[in-house]
Amino acid sequence: MNTSDPRRPYVRPMAGWWRRNPFFVEYMVHEATALFVAAYALVLLVGLRRLAQGEAAWNGWLEALRSPVSLVFHGVLLAAFAYHCWTWFRIMPRTMPPLIFGGKRVAPGVITACGVAATTACSLVVLILAWGATR
Amino acid sequence: MAETTGNGKVVRIEVLRYRPEQDEEPFLQGYDVPFTDDMSVLQGLQYIKDWLDGTLSFRWSCRMAICGSCGMMIDGEPRLACKTFLRDFPAGTVRVEALAHFPIERDLVIRMDDFLAKLERIKPYIIPKEARTLAQGEYLQTPAELDVYEQFSSCINCLLCYAACPQYGLNPEFVGPGIMALLHRYNADSRDGAAAERMEIAGSEAGVFNCTAVGYCSEVCPKHVDPANAVNQNKTRAAGDYFLRFITPKGGAR
Repeated sequence: MNTSDPRRPYVRPMAGWWRRNPFFVEYMVHEATALFVAAYALVLLVGLRRLAQGEAAWNGWLEALRSPVSLVFHGVLLAAFAYHCWTWFRIMPRTMPPLIFGGKRVAPGVITACGVAATTACSLVVLILAWGATR
Repeated sequence: MAETTGNGKVVRIEVLRYRPEQDEEPFLQGYDVPFTDDMSVLQGLQYIKDWLDGTLSFRWSCRMAICGSCGMMIDGEPRLACKTFLRDFPAGTVRVEALAHFPIERDLVIRMDDFLAKLERIKPYIIPKEARTLAQGEYLQTPAELDVYEQFSSCINCLLCYAACPQYGLNPEFVGPGIMALLHRYNADSRDGAAAERMEIAGSEAGVFNCTAVGYCSEVCPKHVDPANAVNQNKTRAAGDYFLRFITPKGGAR
């Protein structure tokens, strides 16, 4: 509260703001999925370090990846990534200048769908390449 | 007339009240209001003011979602009271509070000094690119040039987007979604020539980069202005201006 102002305007506190509205809760959840992206980057970074340490270390890392805990963790990561990707493309139409195609504005839903489709296609290509490389 | 309002249906309107001369902090006060299906929340408040408690304060004017005066938190969401209907609260209770993120002046009235000061700073009017005399006629514009900014010109300064923006709540220095929509409305106008000047504000510490793309501002906008789009288009432009100044002698705003 501002006591120096004779009109005594009341300033409400912001503590816990994100719990006040389901929209904000969802925002915090989808922002938090970025932590899972960071976690996976760490997993890959550890792999790179193990690779530099020699064949035994590398094989040990591969072995660790095959453990049940690791598999469950990767399942969770995949789900978080998928949600992260969806929310990223969902907001994308709001973040870019109008896209004019054939004299008309491209609808937000189309932009989101194209983004998700591109991600799905890229993921499949990576999956196929990795599958081929490890056969 | 108003006394006979209603056909047996009653809604409980809980209002967050604050009377600065006697209250230390706001408190909820409930009123039982008879209503008909065509009554808005604003009409419910008017019923309270006329028949139950004349001390209740709130802003309103047009009753048809064009003046932007009656923005308030209705069951926790920023909405225009004239565009929200009492029939849509089947639980029989609706909570009404002053717009979030603004200081409360009294009851449902907020202080909008901050917004008005910011509005003045962005020069919300066309500053012609080239001066024309009356004899030269009007400034012409194609439909495509109009389309670039038209949606942003629909802003009615109702401030719902500010009540939807946690970044503004956390840092009131942030110019905020509504001001950015209006800034963009003039910057994107083909007749205007003051974009560089306005970009000083968009690219400042208080500017567009306070936005974390929550996107709720555009969800609550009653006029489909999409202020989040105005903010984010100007992130690109502000970043461009920042880097262009290294290349061109007088390139872009600082």
